[in-house]
Amino acid sequence: MATFLGINLFGLFGQLLVGLINGSFYALLSLGLAIIFGLLKIINFAQGALYMVGAFFAWIALDSMGVNYWAALVFVPLAVGAIGVLMERFLLRPIANEDHLYSLLLTFGLALILQGTFTHLYGSSGLSYAIPEALKGGTRLPFMYLPNYRAWIIVASLVVCAGTWYMIEKTKLGAYLRAGTENPALMQAFGINVPLIVTLTFGFGVGLAGLAGVMAAPVYAVSPEMGSNMLIVVFAIVVIGGMGSIGGAILTGLGMGIVEGLTKYFYPEASTTVIFVVMVVVLLTKPAGLFGKEA
Amino acid sequence: MKINKLAIFLIGLGLVAPFALYPVFLMKVMCFALFACAFNLLLGYVGLLSFGHAAFLGTGGYVTGYLMMNTGITPELGILCGTIAAGLLGAVYGKLAVKREGIYFAMVTLALAQLAFFVYLQAPFTGGEDGMQGVPRGMLFGLIDLNDNMNMYYFVFAIFLFGFWLVNRTVHSPFGQILKAIRENEPRAVSLGYNVNDYKWAVFIISAALAGMAGATKTLVFELASLTDAHWHMSGEVVLMTLLGGMGTILGPIVGAASVVGIQNYMSGGELGNYVHIIMGLIFVVCVLAFRNGIVGEIQKVIKRNFN
Repeated sequence: MATFLGINLFGLFGQLLVGLINGSFYALLSLGLAIIFGLLKIINFAQGALYMVGAFFAWIALDSMGVNYWAALVFVPLAVGAIGVLMERFLLRPIANEDHLYSLLLTFGLALILQGTFTHLYGSSGLSYAIPEALKGGTRLPFMYLPNYRAWIIVASLVVCAGTWYMIEKTKLGAYLRAGTENPALMQAFGINVPLIVTLTFGFGVGLAGLAGVMAAPVYAVSPEMGSNMLIVVFAIVVIGGMGSIGGAILTGLGMGIVEGLTKYFYPEASTTVIFVVMVVVLLTKPAGLFGKEA
Repeated sequence: MKINKLAIFLIGLGLVAPFALYPVFLMKVMCFALFACAFNLLLGYVGLLSFGHAAFLGTGGYVTGYLMMNTGITPELGILCGTIAAGLLGAVYGKLAVKREGIYFAMVTLALAQLAFFVYLQAPFTGGEDGMQGVPRGMLFGLIDLNDNMNMYYFVFAIFLFGFWLVNRTVHSPFGQILKAIRENEPRAVSLGYNVNDYKWAVFIISAALAGMAGATKTLVFELASLTDAHWHMSGEVVLMTLLGGMGTILGPIVGAASVVGIQNYMSGGELGNYVHIIMGLIFVVCVLAFRNGIVGEIQKVIKRNFN
């Protein structure tokens, strides 16, 4: 049972699992980007840096205040979201009427500041964060060994993504958000506080990055570089999926994680580049992206 | 007329500068100024924000470095080959990138540049993390020894002037006028019958080739082609140079490149080295919030207000 058609199933499922884990983080980050893009029409270049900040907050909380993982899972996204709210209110809003490229450059500058600050404070070598007691160990499945923490990541991120999708597509709050995306001026005329919705949306999108950061802390080394490396891949994923739908962002994120995992098994040399190659193919065949709406 | 006076002033300044300042520093400034001019051609005159120009800088550097080390060709041919290689890469990347606009364009170029980065990281000939070390400067036309810093300086200066002239020529040609029309109102340019994507593609290739020329020259100056040149930080730096100097102005990229390289040189010497990224980030934020015309743009505004 260990091999099938000459393929080592243990190795294959192992890489698939790694791919699913990466895909979970891709999905959370591109979901945050998509939500922000929908309402503000900007790409938040600092999303990766804020993911890194989330991981560092979790590490600092455990290291110097003894706040455990479960508490961090609640308060770190709120803290990162609060940073996002301040960013939107005091930095992005003043230039909201300028060319959107300026907003992109602003968030890029913020990403540099955040990354530089954490490099200065903690060095670039990477810190480790212990897996919480309750999720240590693993389960032996017939075809592979599944560490509990990794299973938790996949389940948790799927639940968060599905919950976000439900909130945006099926609830009244989500309806406001979608209406604000379509026509903010009309929304305002109906007496809805659009600037407040914009600020909170930005905070929520950024909070998702913070949440991903906490979840990533025990899996990857907590380092200042972790955000930027992740972000560029997520950008490629966003181009592949297109910014058309929330569901599209989630599916593309997970899908590309799996593609990456499979490549790591069958042709490891290409595992760092495969997503970019997929992006090129998508650009050639469907320039608007798999789920994109624009022409 | 005004441009001519400016050109004469610049040439004069460039000719005497190495007697006042360290030539290697000046050569570094000129390489980055050329890089920023190439970048500004896209951002300032067509409104396309490329976040992947490091790929072209790096490609020019690696190709020239490889040829200089392994084939023994003369430096001017080495730089030419590096420039052509970057132009070819630009043709491929540009063809893909011009399919998307605005923010997507920035993301596509960034992702494509990262693809190049990973290839250079893994390819055996680049030396990976260590870079390509000990690239010989060689003899210009087989006659002039470029190991002499003054000879090298005037060679780099000539290359820089050529690149600067080419950018200006492009901007002020009928082709450049169409580019500006695309920047100002793309649908109208389309309705006038211009194939907008082809124009964008053409200028992307020019920009990439010039960026490659800057990278090739830089490799000869430092006798090193490294992964830093292809890293996305470099793509960010050239955006910063252009933004700080003033996008869409002729002198802006030069002023911006000189300022950024100057700051980096000044800071890397002392204990401030750790703060480089933070300072660069702060300059970005301040420029975007309060200073969108850049140094040259603001000066031009003041001149316009008071003297016209």
